[in-house]
Amino acid sequence: MKQNQILTPMRRVRGLGAAHTGTQNFWHQRVTSVAAIPLTIALIIIVISLLGRSHAAVVQILGSPIVAIVMLLFIINTAYHMWIGLQEIIIDYVHEDKLKLACLMGNTFFVFAIAFASAFAILKLSFGV
Amino acid sequence: MAELEAGTTAAARRPRPLSPHLQVYKFMLSYVMSGFHRISGFVLYFGVLLIAWWLIAAASGPNAYANFEWFMGSLIGRLVLLGYTWALLHHLLGGIRHLIWDVGRGFEPTEREFLALATIVGSISLTLIVWVVGYLAMGGPR
Ligand code: HEM
Ligand code: HEM
Repeated sequence: MKQNQILTPMRRVRGLGAAHTGTQNFWHQRVTSVAAIPLTIALIIIVISLLGRSHAAVVQILGSPIVAIVMLLFIINTAYHMWIGLQEIIIDYVHEDKLKLACLMGNTFFVFAIAFASAFAILKLSFGV
Repeated sequence: MAELEAGTTAAARRPRPLSPHLQVYKFMLSYVMSGFHRISGFVLYFGVLLIAWWLIAAASGPNAYANFEWFMGSLIGRLVLLGYTWALLHHLLGGIRHLIWDVGRGFEPTEREFLALATIVGSISLTLIVWVVGYLAMGGPR
């Protein structure tokens, strides 16, 4: 319910706004930013500890449950965070309607492709085959 | 009521802010850092490709992983990685700065400039630390 307090009264009444989503994207950007702090630190630690190791060792460590779960969380959180972020940038700089739609769509495609490809790779490292 | 009047006269005597002008604008580190946050976010957006490549290469097998390692070991690869590390750490600190503002703190002029300076000095120092630790973890430059 805390989340509702950040919504403007108009958003609660009509659910509208320039993007028809009220302050939802703004709020989700904050949530993903807070989550990104520990996840990014974890990513840096994981990468450093894997530097210079053989492929077999990297596969074993990346595929181990804790590391794989942290990497999955990083990918999913980052995907949502960067999708909102780039949408904001596009809306700021691209004003012509069709181009804006093309860029917004491109943003969505890019983020989904990256997120699913990365998640698939992590799952494959974990489950083998 | 008396208090209110005293407040108003004090406010009237204070020099009013001048409207900003492109050529007459006091340099502030905070607005440069504001632009940097957006640029680093944009760079990181495409930088995620590096993480995806790394994971997919590891999942694909020794040959794909060797290609990835070869590129990252090259001079260009090293520079890309260095830039990515800095963008990530800069954006992380800049993001924390935004979150401090979101809870309503850090808006005083000196605080703003301090936070901006802390972001740039912090991100450069942290990048150096991460790389030194990284090279130590690998057993020296190679
Ligand atoms: C690889 C990881 C990341 C990517 C790809 C990424 C990407 C982005 C992008 C594209 C934006 C939009 C920039 C703008 O509108 O000016 C953004 C904004 C933001 N990012 Fe990140 N980011 C990442 C990690 C982080 C981390 C670790 C934090 C930590 C706190 C963070 C905090 C923020 C915040 C608070 C904003 C909003 C700034 C504003 O309101 O102007 N991000 N990010
Ligand atoms: C900050 C982010 C972005 C900005 C400022 C931006 C800007 C632009 C501009 C100015 C154009 C018009 C080019 C022209 O007139 O020929 C354009 C077109 C386009 N953009 Fe973006 N773009 C952004 C992000 C993206 C992303 C992430 C994608 C997809 C991955 C994308 C896909 C496209 C497509 C498909 C077109 C249409 C090309 C055409 O109609 O000729 N954009 N963008």
